[in-house]
Amino acid sequence: MEAILSFLGENMDMLYFLILSIFLGIEVISHVPAVLHTPLMSGANAIHGVVVIGAIIVMGHADPGNYLALGIGFIAVILGTLNVVGGFVVTDRMLGMFRKKKDNK
Amino acid sequence: MSEMIQSNILEISYLIAAVTFILGLKMLSQPKTARKGNFIAAIGMTLAILTTILFHKQNGEGISNLGWIGGGIVVGSIIGYVMARKVKMTAMPQMVSFFNGMGGACAALISLNEFAHYTSGGEVTMMNGEVLVMLLGLLIGSVSFAGSIIAYGKLEGKIKDFVFPMQHIVNLSILAIIIAIGAYMMINNLADPVWIYLIFGLALIYGILFVLPIGGADMPVVISLLNSFTGMAAAFGGFLYGNYVMLTGGILVGSAGTILTVLMCKAMNRSLTNVLIGAFSSKGGPAAAGQGDLSVREVTPTDVAILCAYANKVVIVPGYGLAVAQAQHAVHEFEKILEGKGVDVKYAIHPVAGRMPGHMNVLLAEADVPYDKLVEMDDINPQMPNTDVVLVIGANDVVNPAAENDPASPIYGMPIIQAYKAKNCIILKRSMRPGYAGIENPLFFMPKTSMLFGDARDSIQKLIEELKAL
Repeated sequence: MEAILSFLGENMDMLYFLILSIFLGIEVISHVPAVLHTPLMSGANAIHGVVVIGAIIVMGHADPGNYLALGIGFIAVILGTLNVVGGFVVTDRMLGMFRKKKDNK
Repeated sequence: MSEMIQSNILEISYLIAAVTFILGLKMLSQPKTARKGNFIAAIGMTLAILTTILFHKQNGEGISNLGWIGGGIVVGSIIGYVMARKVKMTAMPQMVSFFNGMGGACAALISLNEFAHYTSGGEVTMMNGEVLVMLLGLLIGSVSFAGSIIAYGKLEGKIKDFVFPMQHIVNLSILAIIIAIGAYMMINNLADPVWIYLIFGLALIYGILFVLPIGGADMPVVISLLNSFTGMAAAFGGFLYGNYVMLTGGILVGSAGTILTVLMCKAMNRSLTNVLIGAFSSKGGPAAAGQGDLSVREVTPTDVAILCAYANKVVIVPGYGLAVAQAQHAVHEFEKILEGKGVDVKYAIHPVAGRMPGHMNVLLAEADVPYDKLVEMDDINPQMPNTDVVLVIGANDVVNPAAENDPASPIYGMPIIQAYKAKNCIILKRSMRPGYAGIENPLFFMPKTSMLFGDARDSIQKLIEELKAL
């Protein structure tokens, strides 16, 4: 318990940041029309692909002789990239259709 | 470049990336700027990834194993790009779920790997707070991964709903065991990898059991929820590394995803707890029993074509059945011919038509249906009494009057498109099978309702031929 409390105390600035970000996230999307729910979910899905940076960091500091770590890290990098690239491309495809509609108008 | 400058560049590029994520989400929530917003966020992401590879330092050492990292990025990009390009628009929801699962798995694997970094000689060398953050990342990432894959399978029709007695108690017990193991590890400073693999395994099982009993109709809500889970898992990763871009991206998605989930529930007039615990029961209930022996009226395509051609106002209510039959192009052609005959044609879009909110708009947009023809539920309902014909194509629950007048119905309270108020109702349907949620629809048995059975696309093709022949 003590260790956790001191951990929180040492990371106070990050905690503030975290809580402000939570409110920001709520504020940013609270006026979205139902039409955009699916693309927004998909776009947000791509953004959490930022986790791939963690995978790159783990991988970048793994011991080159540790094949288990390298293997897990390698898969993590692939999956994370898949999330990012697939997420953004699929969102763009969905939204591209909305735009075509406007040109026709 | 000195190390100081490199690390400054890295921090500044993270700041820029974080801003692009916020701007991106903001722009994604408005139709005009949505596409640009997605693009801006993608640029920010690319910047953050590139600068991490170039400038990230840990204890003075840069990123090594560049071959592995580059290889992983290339493989992931190619697979992701091809999948995203090839997927049919109707299969969009499961695609999002799949990509979400990949992100969750990535977060879980990071925690698995990181655990070894922080232990030496069987002792935990990292602070308990960090162990906690790592375990949470592992738990949430694994649940998100397993759950998303199940959701993907369900939407693909490969996995059926699966309910067993005491399911919720079993699920909660698994969760309790996971928490107990985590606490035990932390209190006793255990570093044996067995524990961490055990948590990993249990979390996967929990993720599977968590999604399995939830009905297919509620899948979008679940995907949105799991989406915000993955965001949280990413944020825990950011916390672990003191990495602000991961923290921002993760938390933004975590909180925005939660709000989006709530908004979706609202559109269906259900609470989140209701979705997660009280999955739609497949029992018919009193509403169905009363109508068991009522009969429906069938019509021919000729009758329907004539009815529509001489109407003043026709409203089309598209549902998922239309999407499955790939009938959106045929419907658009049908609509154009009717317009040519001076008929006012509109599409009534229910917020949850299709498999996800907004899904139907995407599908109709794909078929070049003009934007102003799509009318949202609240705007079309007052026009219903003046509508001559309502064509319900592959939709069911969203026009079910039981939602308004039968308190015993499981969908009671859900806002519906009031097709029953129109002068005539034509239902295009494959068969008399109840809808996705498994609920009887009294609309089908009303005197003003007629049924046109068959595959949606075939039926509409026939209607088009009949219209041309008139």
